[in-house]
Amino acid sequence: MGAVFDALRESLRTESPVALATVIDGPEAGAKLLVHQDGRQLGTLGSADLDRVVARDALAELESGRSGVRHYGASGEARQADLSVFIESHAARPQLVIFGAVDFTRALAAQGKLLGFRVTVCDAREVFATKRRFPMADEVVVDWPNRLLDRIGESLGPRDAVCVLTHDNKFDVPAVVSALSTRVGYIGAMGSRRTTDTRNERLLAEGVTADQLAKVMAPIGLDIGSRSPEETAVSIVAEIISTRTGHAAPNLKDRDGAIH
Amino acid sequence: MLEILDDLDRWQTAGRRIAVARVVDIEGSGPRDPGAAMAVNEDGEVAGSVSGGCVEGAVVVEAMQLLDGDRGPGIVTFGFSDDEAFAVGLTCGGIIHLFIEELDW
Repeated sequence: MGAVFDALRESLRTESPVALATVIDGPEAGAKLLVHQDGRQLGTLGSADLDRVVARDALAELESGRSGVRHYGASGEARQADLSVFIESHAARPQLVIFGAVDFTRALAAQGKLLGFRVTVCDAREVFATKRRFPMADEVVVDWPNRLLDRIGESLGPRDAVCVLTHDNKFDVPAVVSALSTRVGYIGAMGSRRTTDTRNERLLAEGVTADQLAKVMAPIGLDIGSRSPEETAVSIVAEIISTRTGHAAPNLKDRDGAIH
Repeated sequence: MLEILDDLDRWQTAGRRIAVARVVDIEGSGPRDPGAAMAVNEDGEVAGSVSGGCVEGAVVVEAMQLLDGDRGPGIVTFGFSDDEAFAVGLTCGGIIHLFIEELDW
């Protein structure tokens, strides 16, 4: 087997983000260029000019986690279609960060794994935040939410989600404030409508703007009448999906009345 | 690709030649997104999938032709068509474009 496949396999196994470009239509059909997130390249599509243009596009596709076909001139010219190149992105798994090591966390972590998230559970109370209670999580962290986000906030992007399940303003408020300073695509916070109102007042007092507050999904989840931790987890991940895709969904946040 | 790596490793260790088909484009609805991969070795063993089971049988035929040298690497299209040009279709009514090649890179 060749060097390109060996490098691809190594990247997949180590979860190192990589894009594989393949000429699928054109004289060099089958030619390969492997592009790592740090810009390192292996292989060639046939010309240095083409490689340069495709590598740039591949990095952009990798950033957004998309795979698809693009058309180029023989030397990478735009708006020409001498050849078709399939760019296959192998981005890092999206992240789901759950604050609060409670019963709902167990179900949400399992549901997150099912959808392919890398799941981190974080709680400041070391008796609750244990790998034994959350064996499905990729990582269990004993720390304050804001301190974890200070460390990993840079790595969060539009595909990632932060869920605050503690129902305790002592933890919730700094967690939401820190999450709002990242590029994370989804922030949700659990609690009754009264808890949500109280938290919102505290957040505004902490300097959170009305626009920022509008991005926080609270009460967390869709209005599907879910009750158990497992049902609630479904309503939360469904809200994460609808936020990412931009499709309209009955968010509890935008409704009044009973949650259950 | 990740989910078929273990099978590919096993086949390669055993010295089998392998064809790989990857979904590169979907028109309309399709069960698997671009990047979904399926591999077929020269003994006709299969790993992975490129649809919900609708076109896998036809992909095996293409893969065996490729490994036999009866066809080269290229795009294979399955899907609904008014003139019924494609014998194999997707129940969801979409059109799926695959790129098939030998895993020799």
